[in-house]
Amino acid sequence: MSEIEANSGSLAVWKTRGQNFLRRTRMTRRRLAVFLAVVGPGLITSNVDNDAGGITTYTQVGAHFGYTLLWSLIPMTIALYVSEEMCARMGVVTGKGLSDLIREEFGFRSTFFVMIAALAVDLGNTVAEFAGVAASMQIFGISKFVSVPLAGLAVWLLVVKGSYRQVEKIFLVACAFYLSYVVSAFLAKPDWLLAARETVLPTLHYNTEYLLMLTALVGTTIAPWQFFYLQAGFVEKRVGPKQYKHARMDVLVGSISCMAIVFFIIVCCAATLNKNGMTNVSDAAQAAAALVPLAGKWASYLFAFGLLNASLFAASILPLSTAHVICEGLGFEAGIDHKVKEAPAFYSLYTGLIVVGGGIILLPNAPLFKILLLSQVANGVWLPVVLIFVLLLINRRDLMGEHTNTWGFNLVAWAVSIIMVILTLVFVYSLITDPGSAGLAGALIHSP
Amino acid sequence: MLHATEVIGAQTFDSQGNYVGRIKEIFVEPADQPNRVARMLIGRGQYRPLIARYDQIASVVPGRIALTTDEGALELYHPNEAWLAVGKDLLDQQIIDTNGRKVVRVNDIDLSDQRTNGNTELRITQVDVGVPGAVRRLLQGIVPPMAIRRIQEKLPPRKILWEFVNLIEPDPLRRVKLRLSSQKLAALHPADIAEILEELSPDERQGLIASLDEETAAEAIAELDKRLQTQVVEKLDPEQAAHIIEEMSPDAAADLIASLEPETSKEVLEEMEHREAHEVEELLKFGPDTAGGMMTTEIVVVSEDATRGEVVDYIRFHEIPPDQIDNVVLINKDAAMAGTVPIARLLLSESDQRMVELSFEPLLSVKADVRDQEIFELFDKYNLRSLTVVSRENHPIGTITVDDVVSRMHAKM
Repeated sequence: MSEIEANSGSLAVWKTRGQNFLRRTRMTRRRLAVFLAVVGPGLITSNVDNDAGGITTYTQVGAHFGYTLLWSLIPMTIALYVSEEMCARMGVVTGKGLSDLIREEFGFRSTFFVMIAALAVDLGNTVAEFAGVAASMQIFGISKFVSVPLAGLAVWLLVVKGSYRQVEKIFLVACAFYLSYVVSAFLAKPDWLLAARETVLPTLHYNTEYLLMLTALVGTTIAPWQFFYLQAGFVEKRVGPKQYKHARMDVLVGSISCMAIVFFIIVCCAATLNKNGMTNVSDAAQAAAALVPLAGKWASYLFAFGLLNASLFAASILPLSTAHVICEGLGFEAGIDHKVKEAPAFYSLYTGLIVVGGGIILLPNAPLFKILLLSQVANGVWLPVVLIFVLLLINRRDLMGEHTNTWGFNLVAWAVSIIMVILTLVFVYSLITDPGSAGLAGALIHSP
Repeated sequence: MLHATEVIGAQTFDSQGNYVGRIKEIFVEPADQPNRVARMLIGRGQYRPLIARYDQIASVVPGRIALTTDEGALELYHPNEAWLAVGKDLLDQQIIDTNGRKVVRVNDIDLSDQRTNGNTELRITQVDVGVPGAVRRLLQGIVPPMAIRRIQEKLPPRKILWEFVNLIEPDPLRRVKLRLSSQKLAALHPADIAEILEELSPDERQGLIASLDEETAAEAIAELDKRLQTQVVEKLDPEQAAHIIEEMSPDAAADLIASLEPETSKEVLEEMEHREAHEVEELLKFGPDTAGGMMTTEIVVVSEDATRGEVVDYIRFHEIPPDQIDNVVLINKDAAMAGTVPIARLLLSESDQRMVELSFEPLLSVKADVRDQEIFELFDKYNLRSLTVVSRENHPIGTITVDDVVSRMHAKM
């Protein structure tokens, strides 16, 4: 014994502390969390927002009104930023998702109806995304009976089976692919000087069509589901008040880049379709086809590719985010790392959204127009509700402490909200009374 | 059986049968009785709300409560932090199910009613976290109560016994006032605690960690993902952080301290006991992707001339936890690495056998600056469970265990 101690005295260092056997790295609890941690929820949310429905509307704006609606992009950037920033701040300060907060502060019944609305609206949007896939693949000569099931399967497998690093890379690439619209715009050789002037100096027109198009633009650009997604993103990313500055920057960059893409899409369509008198293009796929003689085959392909990319991107995130939000609000297990048995509600919802969303496109006599119309209406009705929840929550001192809205910010936020509410209500009213004139995003019915 | 949502909102009548008001909230006083509904708050519109004590309640049926006294005998309401408000603190909030080891959201609360001495006492029995509770919440007031009960019976129940409920209260002072204990939580496996912590918001997480003893907190924190570890420790005050980090193994402590902001890590090291701080500082000198950065310094080193009996006595004497040793490292007269003996071999050998005879071939060790890729290859090639790390002079200074290798490979994947 003495020999051991003599030899080992200085070396035999044993501490009874610590338990290495316990240490193991788990797969991070939610893959969603991980890819968001890298890319930044603000950037992804805003980019996903330029989805199939959005791009269709931007196309119509460019084709019908040329450069004259470009001025609205600057106030819309501000509106987008102001509303997204509140959710980002709430996520960062409370560490809780929007549906969690609504549940905790407003009780079960309110949450339930918010969740049902979320489900209805998001399902409508998912249908629109798959319609976008079908329409864009049509340009490349691929039948929707091939493209839609394949896209659905790919989206489902990507999230359920893919490793988070693969998914993250794919999403980053998807973000970068939005640049195809920038290239398209340059190929279209627009009048940049005019575009710039129209962006900065508003030229208001007071005809009904113009105003309706303006409301459609707001209605499709600021979608209610993105608030849930954005806030959840910052919560999952575990961004604390200390890193709030970065979160705000992320939201700002996201809002601006989103609107920059909108700018290029409108410019591209203005320089080609509008200039050549093709003002009645009703959807993005038609626009892509019409681009061939005007700006060349490549501009057309890039435009169609951009639509495909945007549709697929949104079709992967929307069902996932919806299933998450609903399950968390209602208290079911949620998250991809749970087994199917542990989180049946989550998986049923997720799979159901994809199957139903894609399936509706394939139905021979699907009332696609009505579904899309209803989803747009639901979007419009739901947005004010969500905004009011956000504004009520963000001004709660017991939740937000010193991070409640300042007096000035509240003024801007309420003003933005009220204007958006009025615009969307006008939009909804026009959709109900005269769907044709509203330049409905859902003109995707043209896809055979 | 009653439900909290049937009691909250109920109309209240005094002993004369006069209407008093509606129940706005029910309270439990955990310091007194952990599950008894001790008080009910009766709202009276523009008048000040009243409080009915448990012994002033004559009977309770869904939606209707009768009191044993008249209105004048009730106290005026004064808020009390030591009361647990069932509606505000429990309903729709998240709790920890210590039996099922997860965070769940409360849909409703089951109450039992017992008649004692002419009054009715309500006690919390279970917390409803399933679909039946959700359905009741949704349909209440729209569909008759009996119809709701019939629907509920067809749905699969999901309930948690009250004794397995661990409340999440971020404010440590209020925790004390409410006599909330985390005993049942602390008994869980640290990995389960960590998983629960990951589900919570930062304030709740911090509150829960503060309620755990230092050893449990250290184990649970060590199981958190890297980002969260840093965030949790940054928020503790340096003294508390130091106490918790001292409870960790040196390599885990070093990894954690390396990930803190420079200022915090300096403060924490200053607060730590000198010896532990020194060890951690030594480990911090190694690059994170080298053998030195991966190793733990907790090793058993004995002379190659020692007998098996002596070594076993040594391990017993120092009370080394058996689940933490894979190998005994041997050194020669010059204190240089001379081999390793797996514990399994030690078990099967005779008491007087010398360690050198039991030594495991091949003699493998790595220098502290060897890159992790090379280490992964060694583990794979020789099917190792641990690998000794030696200094430039070939003195053993630590060991890399297979669990660390798996973690790192996984992180690189």
